[in-house]
Amino acid sequence: MDLRYSAEEEAFRAELVEWLDEVLPTVGPPPGNQNDWDARRAYDTAWQRMLFDQGYAGINWPTEVGGRGASPAEHLIFLEETERRGAPYVGVMFVALLHAGPTLIAEASPEQKAAHLPAILRGDQVWCQGFSEPQAGSDLASLRTRAVRDGDEYVINGSKIWTSNAQVADYCELLVRTDPDAPKHKGISWLILPMDTPGIDIRPLRSVPGTEEFSEVFFDDVRVPVANRVGDENDGWRVAMVTFSFERGTAFVSEMLASMQLVEQLAAAAKKVTRGSGTAWDDAGLRRDIGQVAADLDALWALVKRNVTQASRTGVPGPGGSVFKLHYSEVRHRLGLLGERVFERAGLALDDVAGMGNGPHVEGLLHAISISIAAGTTQIQRNIVAERILGLPKDR
Amino acid sequence: MDFDLNEDEAALQEGVRSFCAGRFDMETVRSLADSAGVDRGRWRELADTGVFGLRLPEADGGVGLGLTEAVLVFEELGRAVVPGPILASHLAAGLVDGALSGDRVVGLVERPAHPVLVEHLDALDALVVVDDEGLHLVEADAISGEPVGRPLDPWTPLHVVADLPAGQVIGGPEDAARWRLEGAVLAAAQLLGIAGATVELGTAYAKEREQFGKPIGTFQAVKHILADMLTRAEVARAAVYAAGVTLDDPSVGDPARAAHGAKLIAGEAGIANGKACIQVHGGMGFTWEVDAHLYLKRAFVLDTVFGSGDVHAEAMAALV
Ligand SMILES: Cc1cc2nc3c(=O)[nH]c(=O)nc-3n(C[C@H](O)[C@H](O)[C@H](O)COP(=O)(O)OP(=O)(O)OC[C@H]3O[C@@H](n4cnc5c(N)ncnc54)[C@H](O)[C@@H]3O)c2cc1C
Repeated sequence: MDLRYSAEEEAFRAELVEWLDEVLPTVGPPPGNQNDWDARRAYDTAWQRMLFDQGYAGINWPTEVGGRGASPAEHLIFLEETERRGAPYVGVMFVALLHAGPTLIAEASPEQKAAHLPAILRGDQVWCQGFSEPQAGSDLASLRTRAVRDGDEYVINGSKIWTSNAQVADYCELLVRTDPDAPKHKGISWLILPMDTPGIDIRPLRSVPGTEEFSEVFFDDVRVPVANRVGDENDGWRVAMVTFSFERGTAFVSEMLASMQLVEQLAAAAKKVTRGSGTAWDDAGLRRDIGQVAADLDALWALVKRNVTQASRTGVPGPGGSVFKLHYSEVRHRLGLLGERVFERAGLALDDVAGMGNGPHVEGLLHAISISIAAGTTQIQRNIVAERILGLPKDR
Repeated sequence: MDFDLNEDEAALQEGVRSFCAGRFDMETVRSLADSAGVDRGRWRELADTGVFGLRLPEADGGVGLGLTEAVLVFEELGRAVVPGPILASHLAAGLVDGALSGDRVVGLVERPAHPVLVEHLDALDALVVVDDEGLHLVEADAISGEPVGRPLDPWTPLHVVADLPAGQVIGGPEDAARWRLEGAVLAAAQLLGIAGATVELGTAYAKEREQFGKPIGTFQAVKHILADMLTRAEVARAAVYAAGVTLDDPSVGDPARAAHGAKLIAGEAGIANGKACIQVHGGMGFTWEVDAHLYLKRAFVLDTVFGSGDVHAEAMAALV
């Protein structure tokens, strides 16, 4: 164990920080209207393009596919500094950069890599994830969307649900059933679906915060070349597991780091909010609970460092990702409630009132509620930890 | 000693429940977001059922009941997530003209608060300001406020009011203290209603939704979430019912202690159950379409009314 950063790594940090300090003031705030998906796409992809032009795109992706090939330590520095300095969040690039892209790196053919990875790094390709279906959520392997072979094409019929960013995606990582007679895990394939293919109908769904966060996507005789399959036919479940290990293991890291900023803002707000004759910060109970969340996030950051260095050796993050996601979800729920305690009545507004800075905390409170559901629910993550890490018998 | 509802109490509960099912069904409740949470017609119906005049003597046009019964009524209003300043108009009935009949919609706001956020301002005729000095009546058209763009609970719109007019004194410090105690118990009753409704909604979904070829309620992880929800609701029910009775008859306990405890416990139950209900629904729970978020959002609002959890925990600590 050695947690020091080397002189070269510190030089990497200095160069990155210098660039961030120079460009971030020129990057405006994200679009105010969260249902303006064109603006959101434009904003998120413009930032990706800036990273690309500066050689920071795909920080930990191998150089062969156009990444920077940075060491795990440099990757961590990159995450830390971009968050700390308030660089834009990956946003609609989430799937492309954090799990579809990494899956392609691990599993795709050279042609598929060439068609997608450079474009993702430039911010020219936005991806979405078409895994969940109305009847197949936690039990994802029971998915029914059918792909029937017709010459060198698959013909797809069925529907997906909860597809985030579907409105602005160019491609979809799609799980389909290619063999309905095989046991459920053995008849699935992982496809690259261009979202402009005829026969796709996207219907946005309103979410709890009021935004159209995800959509239902219907497929009516949608034709996809067989060449768009990643991995073998009926071997898609294994490929999906690779996707999951990235999704659970590393995809939430920048969000987690952003939560640290939230804690600091909350502590600062508590020192200003009037309570009786003093401020909320005088409340020892509240102060300690804020301290507790800060400790949890520090510990999670240490856990990320461990997971990232391990993953750099194995290529794909292990089930430790579920440990991270479980605790991160729990901490975010607690942080959300702490915000309500600090802001009291102002905690009832998603927009800032009277310059209190409550907005991001109340948004965070509602977002937290989705974290324990998306990318595998807390109950499913616990089953994974119990069964895959502890080796306890399955009850299903 | 008998903690069961007597015949009249059970009939009252049943009556309000069926009134809400008929007149404040979810579709109606949802539509009220467009009118600052209040529809004048339905508001008068609430008045006609006696919601506002419940505790006024019959001679004054009220129903002549106590807080024991009011708790049962407000539990049902909470269960149905009926929006609008129902608690304020109930407290104001008999004291502010038009509150009893529902002809005037009366809200309330507590002071000191930084900032002052007034609920439902666009629907109000009058506002009662509650502070240590007493109760102050302000006409709504004398209040200018800045609307909050996106309230957490869309059925509880908010205005930031920088300068509250002084208003007319309609009660002294003892009245304000009484409002605070009774208000805390009735807000707790609404939170209890929310805690109970989410148990039912979550349980029904767990019986019907299938994954891995069986109802999700088969899985212990889901069973335990729901069992914890029921436990929170039942503990809150005992505390809130007892508080109502204790405020009516201080010979059975310390009203302050009962009120603080009830508000604290019911607030936690409402919020925790709202979240758990969403969790049981999985992705569906994070949609606008499923009602779970209405309960959770209202629970957050009610938790801040007449003292949030921290305030009541602190008050309890001073009493033990
Ligand atoms: C904000 C958000 C964004 C999302 N984005 C995407 C996306 O882009 N693409 C995509 O494909 N999906 C996406 N999802 C879907 C997400 O992966 C699913 O919601 C999740 O896997 C749960 O599935 P479900 O919604 O069908 O719930 P269900 O599986 O029906 O679960 C309902 C409840 O039952 C519990 N449960 C189910 N099975 C078990 C069991 N065996 N043991 C114990 N408890 C169990 C669950 O924990 C939950 O509490 C998103 C979800 C959210 C909330």
